[in-house]
Amino acid sequence: MNIADLVNEKNTGLPPKNAPVDGKLRLEQVNLYYGSFRAVKDLSLDIDTCSITAIIGPSGCGKSSMLRLFNRMNDLIASARVEGLVEFDGVDIYQAGVDVVELRKRVGMVFQKPNPFPMSIYDNVAFGPRRHGIRNKRALDEIVEKSLVQAALWDEVKDKLDQSGLSISGGQQQRLCIARVLAVEPEVILMDEPCSALDPIATLKIEDLMRTLTSTYTIVIVTHNMQQAARVSDMTAFLMVDDDRSGTLVEYGATSEIFTNPKNQKTEDYITGRFG
Amino acid sequence: MSGSNIKSRYMTQKAAIALLATAVLLVVVPIILIIIYMIANGYSSLSWDFLTQAPAQAGKTGGILPAIIGTIYLMLGTIIFALPVGVTAGIYLSEYARNNWVTRLVNMAILNLAGVPSIVFGLFGLGVFVMTFNLGMSLIAASLTLASQALAMTITTSREAITAVPKEYREGSLAIGVSRWQTIRYVVLPQASPGILTGAILAMSRAAGETAPIIVVGAAFLVGGLPGSPFDRFMALPYHLYTVSAHIPGMPADIKWGVALVLIAMVLFFNILVTMVRFESRKR
Ligand SMILES: Nc1ncnc2c1ncn2[C@@H]1O[C@H](COP(=O)(O)OP(=O)(O)OP(=O)(O)O)[C@@H](O)[C@H]1O
Ligand SMILES: [Mg+2]
Repeated sequence: MNIADLVNEKNTGLPPKNAPVDGKLRLEQVNLYYGSFRAVKDLSLDIDTCSITAIIGPSGCGKSSMLRLFNRMNDLIASARVEGLVEFDGVDIYQAGVDVVELRKRVGMVFQKPNPFPMSIYDNVAFGPRRHGIRNKRALDEIVEKSLVQAALWDEVKDKLDQSGLSISGGQQQRLCIARVLAVEPEVILMDEPCSALDPIATLKIEDLMRTLTSTYTIVIVTHNMQQAARVSDMTAFLMVDDDRSGTLVEYGATSEIFTNPKNQKTEDYITGRFG
Repeated sequence: MSGSNIKSRYMTQKAAIALLATAVLLVVVPIILIIIYMIANGYSSLSWDFLTQAPAQAGKTGGILPAIIGTIYLMLGTIIFALPVGVTAGIYLSEYARNNWVTRLVNMAILNLAGVPSIVFGLFGLGVFVMTFNLGMSLIAASLTLASQALAMTITTSREAITAVPKEYREGSLAIGVSRWQTIRYVVLPQASPGILTGAILAMSRAAGETAPIIVVGAAFLVGGLPGSPFDRFMALPYHLYTVSAHIPGMPADIKWGVALVLIAMVLFFNILVTMVRFESRKR
């Protein structure tokens, strides 16, 4: 626990930061409904800290829905309803009294389409820290530099921090969005197809970045790219829709296992490109 | 594709362009004609004294300064009351209100508010601001009356401008643990502000031209001096124009057109301001 937490202790309904189990996620018998439609069904899995987990599966099988369970982004959809247990570091994040804003500080998210704010590169990265009360210019400068370095973007933008975040390339924009998340020092980073709008070189850059980040962050990534899942992840979860159109977890295990020796025929068919 | 097909498509396109050009001319030509007519008839009355002096001999000589100042005060008063309420209501309606029958009713009421004749707002202002709130026939009562009328526009434009901000921006902010209100304050509102401002300025320039409601709540034809407090009576350009055109025998024609020109110039000035705000924001 750092000093800021001690001074500024408030009841967030979440475990203290920097507990030994930082950034662990867990689903137990989770169902997610949009109105009466069950989008994902009976999901159960454990995600370990400081690992990269890939979620793969055909379009519409509920990958994004599953990812958005972990930071309660589904709350923004009026018709969405969650059943079952979603845990972050051992705490049920859907129980009453959990501070969703605090949760999202600790479980950050990067989206499919790069979405930098229409403000300068500096202000984009400093946005989160500023809103969370950091005013000191020196402290902000440090956070901005550190986050951009971590996101492998510093060298490319250090001379134009005051230019619009929209003026850089798509791949740079996506790394800027990652830096924006890193600036609030989360424990988990959720990524929903972060490379689908990028060229192969920009994609490789982001993958390298993920590999370096995994030493301190738990990363969960949704991807349509099998090679990417195989290259970058430690664990892979394969989702598919069943007969009543709900997404179900077909297989979950070490990426090396899933890609070389899948236990389920459907998994094998999917990763070898026979359907989906 | 056959050659004749391409040719006929080309002809269709030409016809469509011709039609559009005609439509544009039909809109633009009358406006230009009106302005030329006004300038031709009114320019001889325009002078520095006309703009900076008080009227004399029931407006036949002297200037129209009190009416210009009165109209400027009214525009400012309108916006001071209508903008904050409009933005607050716009935020509530687009960000917080659930899509249920109450919200739909409110939206419909706002739509209908825009269609209420201005003299009705005048009566409303007389009953509520002048009498019930005891503000008297005054600048402030007139500003509140015009603001009530402008609300429909400021609420609608704020709501639309806020709704138009892409959801990606909101998500990007919420997803790093920024609260709902801070997201609105620091991401949504800056993005929506050109639209909000445009609506506000248009509402203001419309208020500048209103005649009927302000007669009911405090505009006067001749007031000694400029209004010294919000509770004073006041002169205003549209009412001055109405009186010099309809009620003063022997009024020189160029004075009437001169008053009209000044009013139009003020409204035009604000409309150009809107265009510039839009242009500037698009450049970003
Ligand atoms: N806001 C929503 N309201 C209603 N249904 C939704 C909503 N969002 C998603 N769905 C439905 O839930 C199911 C899962 O959607 P989801 O976006 O999670 O799939 P996905 O696996 O991420 O697909 P893709 O690979 O195309 O991104 C789909 O059938 C989709 O139509
Ligand atoms: Mg998706």
